[in-house]
Amino acid sequence: MKHSGQTRRRHGVGAWRGAKDAVGAALLGLGVWVSNAAHAAVNDLPGGPAVNQLNFHPPATRIAEEQHWLHWFMLAICSTIFVVVFGVMFYSIVKHRKSVGHKSQELPEPIWVELGWTIVPLLIVIGMALPATKVLVAQKDTTNSDLTIKAVGMQWKWGYEYLKGEGEGIQFLSTLDPKHRVMSDSGKPEAVDDYLLKVDNPLVVPVGKKIRIITTANDVIHAWMVPAFGVKQDAIPGFVRDTWFRAEKTGDFYGQCAELCGKEHAYMPIHVKVVTQEEYTKWVDERKKAMAALADDPNKEWTLAELVKRGESVYAANCAACHQASGKGAGPIKPLDGSAIVTATDHGKMIQVMLNGVNGAAAQMPAWKQLSDVELAAVMTYAKNSWSNNTGQVVQPKEVQAARQ
Amino acid sequence: MSATTHGSTPYYYVPGLSRHPFMAAFGLFFVILGAGQWINGSDWGMYSLAFGLVWWLVVLYQWFRDAVTESEGGLYGRKIDISYRWSMSWFIFSEVMFFGAFFTALWWARSHSVPALGSLENSLIWPNFQAIWPSVQAGATASPAGIVEPFQTVGPFWLPTINTALLLTSGLTLTIAHHAIQDGNRTKTIAFMWLTVLLGFVFLLVQGYEYFHAYTDLNLKLSSGIFGSTFFMLTGFHGFHVFVGMLMLLVITLRLQKGHFTKDRHFGFEGAAWYWHFVDVVWLFLYVLVYWL
Amino acid sequence: MSAVLDHHGAHAHDHEHHAPAGWRRWVFATNHKDIGTLYLLFSFTMLMIGGVLALGIRAELFQPGLQLVNPELFNQLTTMHGIIMVFGAIMPAFVGFANWMLPLQIGASDMAFARMNNFSFWLMIPAAIILVASFFMPGGAPAAGWTLYAPLTLQMGPSMDAAIFAMHILGASSIMGSINIIVTILNMRAPGMTLMKMPMFAWTWLITAYLLIAVMPVLAGAITMTLTDRHFGTSFFNPAGGGDPIMYQHIFWFFGHPEVYIMILPAFGIISQVVPAFARKKLFGYTSMVYATGSIAILSFIVWAHHMFTTGMPVTGQLFFMYATMLIAVPTGVKIFNWVATMWKGSLTFETPMLWAVGFIFVFTMGGFTGLMLSMAPIDINFQDTYYVVAHFHYVLVAGSLFAMFAGAYYWLPKWTGVMYSETRGKIHFWWSMISFNVTFFPMHFLGLAGMPRRYADYPMQFADFNAIASVGAFAFGLAQVYFFLAVILPAMRGQGEKAPQKPWEGAEGLEWEVPSPAPHHTFETPPKLDATATRIVG
Ligand code: HEA
Ligand code: HEA
Ligand code: CUA
Ligand SMILES: [Cu+2]
Repeated sequence: MKHSGQTRRRHGVGAWRGAKDAVGAALLGLGVWVSNAAHAAVNDLPGGPAVNQLNFHPPATRIAEEQHWLHWFMLAICSTIFVVVFGVMFYSIVKHRKSVGHKSQELPEPIWVELGWTIVPLLIVIGMALPATKVLVAQKDTTNSDLTIKAVGMQWKWGYEYLKGEGEGIQFLSTLDPKHRVMSDSGKPEAVDDYLLKVDNPLVVPVGKKIRIITTANDVIHAWMVPAFGVKQDAIPGFVRDTWFRAEKTGDFYGQCAELCGKEHAYMPIHVKVVTQEEYTKWVDERKKAMAALADDPNKEWTLAELVKRGESVYAANCAACHQASGKGAGPIKPLDGSAIVTATDHGKMIQVMLNGVNGAAAQMPAWKQLSDVELAAVMTYAKNSWSNNTGQVVQPKEVQAARQ
Repeated sequence: MSATTHGSTPYYYVPGLSRHPFMAAFGLFFVILGAGQWINGSDWGMYSLAFGLVWWLVVLYQWFRDAVTESEGGLYGRKIDISYRWSMSWFIFSEVMFFGAFFTALWWARSHSVPALGSLENSLIWPNFQAIWPSVQAGATASPAGIVEPFQTVGPFWLPTINTALLLTSGLTLTIAHHAIQDGNRTKTIAFMWLTVLLGFVFLLVQGYEYFHAYTDLNLKLSSGIFGSTFFMLTGFHGFHVFVGMLMLLVITLRLQKGHFTKDRHFGFEGAAWYWHFVDVVWLFLYVLVYWL
Repeated sequence: MSAVLDHHGAHAHDHEHHAPAGWRRWVFATNHKDIGTLYLLFSFTMLMIGGVLALGIRAELFQPGLQLVNPELFNQLTTMHGIIMVFGAIMPAFVGFANWMLPLQIGASDMAFARMNNFSFWLMIPAAIILVASFFMPGGAPAAGWTLYAPLTLQMGPSMDAAIFAMHILGASSIMGSINIIVTILNMRAPGMTLMKMPMFAWTWLITAYLLIAVMPVLAGAITMTLTDRHFGTSFFNPAGGGDPIMYQHIFWFFGHPEVYIMILPAFGIISQVVPAFARKKLFGYTSMVYATGSIAILSFIVWAHHMFTTGMPVTGQLFFMYATMLIAVPTGVKIFNWVATMWKGSLTFETPMLWAVGFIFVFTMGGFTGLMLSMAPIDINFQDTYYVVAHFHYVLVAGSLFAMFAGAYYWLPKWTGVMYSETRGKIHFWWSMISFNVTFFPMHFLGLAGMPRRYADYPMQFADFNAIASVGAFAFGLAQVYFFLAVILPAMRGQGEKAPQKPWEGAEGLEWEVPSPAPHHTFETPPKLDATATRIVG
């Protein structure tokens, strides 16, 4: 399948290039005419979308390649039928019009006509279903993976946890670069190639290995997709689902959340970095060391300055999207600046809100229990001592830890 | 009024201008507006809902009164009788599909979601959850997240079985009433109609007691996880239909007492009877699927 | 649209009564033609509202970055655009056509239940008011997509409950409307109008009505469970209590897929009336058209999970739904081929209704083919929730349902109003719409292929040009509809234009052309006597 698929695909590409270019050129003409200077300087993003891309992403896995081939296959059959059917129709429109003096003739309706155009399409459809079946079965086979990674969708970021295989135990969150979020709000984003696709911590995997991704979610349904891998899998709260890919080349590959998950749905990208085996081993070592260093002693007493400093970056990555850098909130989002809960000397309420979220008609806030005790303590301390909130209060990680029980 | 006469009754009676449809919709505006608000804790929602419901019921009363007058006035010919038969059948079919949605929920929960939640893969998320139906045990196994307090289920004995007997009997009494009307025995019809209504009423009382018992003694509530959800949704939706069916029968009985219907023209009666039998059959499904299995 | 009914000239019919005057005529209406007019005007209003929301979406997506709305509002626009278009614009418009044309086509005096008919109409008004007003409720309108997937719906504000109740009411309206249509068709045909002699439009509506009765209650069940999950502590869609969000999707799509055929079958019916009229031939393969419609309806019940290929079904499930979905191409193909065969060796003319009909066949087929691509599970993995899907369903819904309605509107406008529309204006409307429609939605295929997800308020730079093109197209398409209203509908409602003859189309057949234009307020109060083909009145 693979071999023939590939050659036929190339054939298809060749045959189609002319038509594709023509369509592209025509649309591009219009596009250039209406487009504005803001994104004139954008380039293709390797592993992500290309400028005015007309087809699927260049495949980086066998499955994606097969999908590519299937798509051309379908397109060719459908276009042929289209041309034949409408060839007949337009012939009739030209030749059988009253204005050229054509008189209407009732046609005989022999049964074989109706049978024929029932049976022939049926056969065509069966012909389409066969290759699709093969690909589908391959696509669903998640057994014998080399590496198992859990991807957790959260409003609005991805959490990754390496469950099995080299790197077991590594876990981190992957969030959109807050600068991009700010650019988006400004209405005039700079022409960066990875606009809305840049994350702080990409998922790192080795090339040529079968990676099984287990998806689930914390709050609502999300979907984990990477077009170049031909992978999209809904992440459903409370349930696990899985999918797999085996990247055939190294590089960066991008995707985005593909299930409506609330207001920041457009802002939870996916970035997979495919590296060589050696690089991967190196990355795992570094990551493990960093994690050990970061594993904060929960009993440590932190100072205000330390926590505020750490909290600032936690805030920017997680909170600013809704509550704004100014802490003023927006629309239904409550302000933190001057909030009674934030400034209260009793930390209990705030810790509860952070850990469990709020789910009421009047206010909505996701739960943040996936952050560590230190991160939560830091961000609360930050909020208590920023903008006009000058409480001087410190929330210690162990308070959070105690509240988790 | 655009009726061309064909002998005594018009060929097809088409009523003239009527304010009922508009008025009924007007009432329902306040119903949905109020319900949506009340449910979110605003006080005026309740008043709006109450106002809308009362308004709507008054309009319905007038509407049906008009229809009954037309019917008794001989305006409804055989054609209209057939129309009513078709429409009642398809209305009942739509109700079947409505119940279908809830039965599907029960089936899905039992054969898909609960087993999946307790499966090996899912132990990644809910390590302690065991897929047992009904998931009643205390602690982590009662619901995946342990949010459900332990509860007991309502067994098929005795209340549901009594209710089954009540409904089946009521189907019987209704059929006797039907035969009686066909024989022209109005007194007997009325007597058996009252008996049917009464049986329906007792059914509702028993179900009310069953709910009370579930909430107080068994700790089985709407919030008892998926079991409580499907249990109360199915039985409650059915109970509501029993209530509506009972009202229909009541109206028919009162009309019988006023001398409406004849031996061979009594579709109002039959429509209500169809509905009652439908409610009956749904109950049998409930009895088996909800209480026994 | 029939405000002019009162001053018609030709009194061919003895049983003619004048329409009642004043507002009561409309508010308390029991006349199928008046109610049909109400339905059509209502749905056109909703098309405008839904269209303005769509323009909001397109304006925001004109270039990268958020310029006009914030992401919350964007999701509200998308959601309400979908709901209003589906439940407010397309479905009621077809009911309007049914009300006007079915009794005329089958020789009935009115709809079977005249008062219930008006109730179905007036029920939609409270629902529409509440849906539109939900934008002004705390937290704004529902923003979970028109599919209202749990558990996102559980996070919505009070407007969600308002929308749920509104949809209940709309469902009740649809069910009553369908029962009315079924009973009318089954019980009120003139003697001699056998089922297999009925016009195709009546057939397609009969089948559509069955679909509606079967699936609207299921939607009601799904959203009722959403309601109890939101407020009464149930766990239908909450895994923490043993429920399952995917259960919602199954129940929703059991409704949702037949729903999309509900929006296309009556369109097929209209096209099957228009094409023979302008080919001056009878419809090719009438019987097979009836069977094809039935097959589409039956198949529509077993394909729903093709909307859920990425939820992670077992492979057998995916295969079943893939095969079943692909099968629908066969009966749909039969319809296309029959239309082409009807045109073949005809004596074709291209007045505006025919232009729309041919345009429909052409563009709908493109949408059908993209549907077939989507039905292929392995590649739908890439298409799911991208703009490719958006392109697909606007090709079948806008170029399908909406274009067919334009075909029907031009075709029957003379019968409704008694005046001819202007051919020039009709043609301008057609070409302007046809071109701008494709400018709007064709580029979306490329966006989808390149992986741009739907329901996105902002997108990577590389997608900018195609989005800009689509936005320009959308505004042009919107203006075309404004033009239609101002240049075609308004004059017709005012009775301006050439007086229409009883049968303005040379090749048209059917009982509606046997009564004067505009159709008198009451028609067929005694059943007409029909000829052997049931297309002409003989007595
Ligand atoms: C009028 C409405 C309408 C119609 C008619 C259709 C028709 C079809 N649709 Fe579409 N669809 C929608 C409205 C409609 N759809 C909507 C609204 C959605 C999105 C919902 C949402 O998520 O919001 C959707 C989504 C949708 C999906 C899910 C995509 C996804 O979310 O991933 C799929 C997948 O299978 C699909 C398939 C099809 C198919 C196979 C047909 C077929 O019926 C098409 C058949 C027609 C043809 C094939 C062309 C003519 C045939 C011939 C000329 C014969 C010869 C052909 C062959 C032998 C191939 N549709
Ligand atoms: C049922 C029919 C239907 C119709 C007719 C339309 C019509 C249109 N739709 Fe449709 N659309 C849906 C059904 C429909 N849509 C559905 C079901 C969804 C999915 C929702 C979801 O994801 O939940 C959707 C989603 C959807 C999206 C994706 C949104 C997203 O994913 O975030 C977009 C984006 O471009 C879009 C655009 C349009 C446009 C431009 C039109 C145009 O054809 C509209 C043209 C009409 C007008 C514009 C009105 C007339 C003009 C005026 C009143 C005056 C003002 C005009 C000017 C000044 C120019 N629609
Ligand atoms: Cu997460 Cu969309
Ligand atoms: Cu579908």
